[in-house]
Amino acid sequence: MAVVFERPKSLADIRLHYCPGCTHGIIHRLVCEVIDEMGIEGDTVGVCPVGCSVFAYNYFNCDMIEAPHGRAPAVATGVKRAQPDKFVFTYQGDGDLAAIGTCETVHAATRGENIVVIFVNNTIYGMTGGQMAPTTLPGQVSTTTPFGRDPKLAGFPVRVCEMLSTLDGVALAQRVAVDSVPHIREAKKAIRKAFENQRDKKGFSIVEVLSTCPTNWGLSPVDAIKRLQDEMIPYYPLGVYADKEVKF
Amino acid sequence: MEKKLMKGNEALAEAAIRCGCKCFFGYPITPQTELSEYMAKRMNASGGVFLQAESEIAAINMVLGAASTGVRAMTSSSSPGISLKSEGISYIAGSDLPCVIINVQRGGPGLGGIQPSQADYWQATKGLGHGDFHVLVFAPSSVQEVVDMVSYAFDMADKYRMPAMLLSDGLLGQMMEPVVFPEQKSEAIEKPWAANGHKNERKHNIINSLYIEATDLENTVVERYKKYDEIKATLPDAETYMTDDAEYIITAYGATARVCKSAVNLARAEGIKAGLIRPKTLWPFPSEIIKNATENAKAILCVEMSTGQMVDDVKLAVECKKNVEFFGRTGGVIPTPAEVLAQIKKLGGIE
Repeated sequence: MAVVFERPKSLADIRLHYCPGCTHGIIHRLVCEVIDEMGIEGDTVGVCPVGCSVFAYNYFNCDMIEAPHGRAPAVATGVKRAQPDKFVFTYQGDGDLAAIGTCETVHAATRGENIVVIFVNNTIYGMTGGQMAPTTLPGQVSTTTPFGRDPKLAGFPVRVCEMLSTLDGVALAQRVAVDSVPHIREAKKAIRKAFENQRDKKGFSIVEVLSTCPTNWGLSPVDAIKRLQDEMIPYYPLGVYADKEVKF
Repeated sequence: MEKKLMKGNEALAEAAIRCGCKCFFGYPITPQTELSEYMAKRMNASGGVFLQAESEIAAINMVLGAASTGVRAMTSSSSPGISLKSEGISYIAGSDLPCVIINVQRGGPGLGGIQPSQADYWQATKGLGHGDFHVLVFAPSSVQEVVDMVSYAFDMADKYRMPAMLLSDGLLGQMMEPVVFPEQKSEAIEKPWAANGHKNERKHNIINSLYIEATDLENTVVERYKKYDEIKATLPDAETYMTDDAEYIITAYGATARVCKSAVNLARAEGIKAGLIRPKTLWPFPSEIIKNATENAKAILCVEMSTGQMVDDVKLAVECKKNVEFFGRTGGVIPTPAEVLAQIKKLGGIE
């Protein structure tokens, strides 16, 4: 019988800890499909963050490093500089990348560090139980914005791809979503492009993936997808924000 | 072998390169900056990596990344910068990674000053980050010893898979002395644990300090402490100077020990039986050496460029059975031999 669908080889055959309806699983799968298709599992080192994907080192079958909160781009820089012929990616959430790790993110990007950053934006701190993230939308309720995020008090959300696209070292900054089959296919293409950029030594590539958090949003998985489409995409428009040749 | 006149910070950098340090990540701060500048000039040409990080925090995390792949990696800073690195140092220790960290100490707390100090003793030996762990701490007192200890620090860090710190200070960093660079033994040891791509030849390696089950974490920490016990039994080291017949013994490390050696010589010239014990390892602390060498002494004087930090460990070493007094200058002030001599006389009630 012909096999039409199977688990990617580089995705560990174990039960993931993510909540029902969470889209981390899809994003893990897309990264692994790309690693498999490019045949680079044995030459890849992944760096995981602190946050919901903190246990990702158990899920990716390539060599893995667990970084301190927000420091994944600096850790990945150390790996890449020491082993320039290896593929290096980080897998980070919004709190990790756009709050505590803003400095490391911006500087890895502006150096044109030849790494891939997978940035999962679900507008909330999931692992700690639903606090305001740097990407939490105005009016969004979280446990630390119980009356909705008030920009007068808590400031505005960060649009990471738009911000990073101004930097000379960024080869690719693209925002995708995993709310529908066409968008998922688009997301995979972006991730593939990011890894190919690294192979071709083109510089820093970031793929921002709009993702859901049914548990901490207090929504069913289906309603969570609807929120992503109705509220997140209008604030965080999908698209390519940088796709250029970095002139080192 | 050829003798070269070199500044402490530059000699340290050269020695690190010669003993196989492949990656250096730094951030500018006085009084260690020459070290980074030297690395910037030499490292890339010698086939290694120099990168100026965006912060001290990024620098230590770059060390974490490079060390994870099995190469020798190093960072350097001065006191306020080391505080920033302490998060990363804790993760490195918790992930059982080897690396070398240089602290060219300056006065504190806060921004403090830029003159030599030894006020980071507690931080280095007891509190380089959160959690149960130790870092090997070596204390050179001459530029030559800086050179020799860098190579030893890398070897011990690799052997025990843990961070090692060279606790230097602004005086050692800035002064020039003749040095000889020893022939390098290449001690590249196998690092089968490294995360550098499994080449489809082994299961994936994971570099990690997270243990979500309390008993798993406890077991890991307890295992690590068995390693620390082995280190405490084998690595403690100290120089003793004129201690055999000494009635008054000074304990001092680093640059301060040089001042104290002069004070001992002054005392001896006046017929006072003084001696010096100079710890070369601060963790593990050479307690046995101090206990044995002070057995017949009347009193001990601990001298530091701080308000008194190592003195606690000296009291523990002699089990509080001896009179241990303290003399220190702090804030970047270097004690003089005459001041120390006066303290020895005070200790002995000598006019």
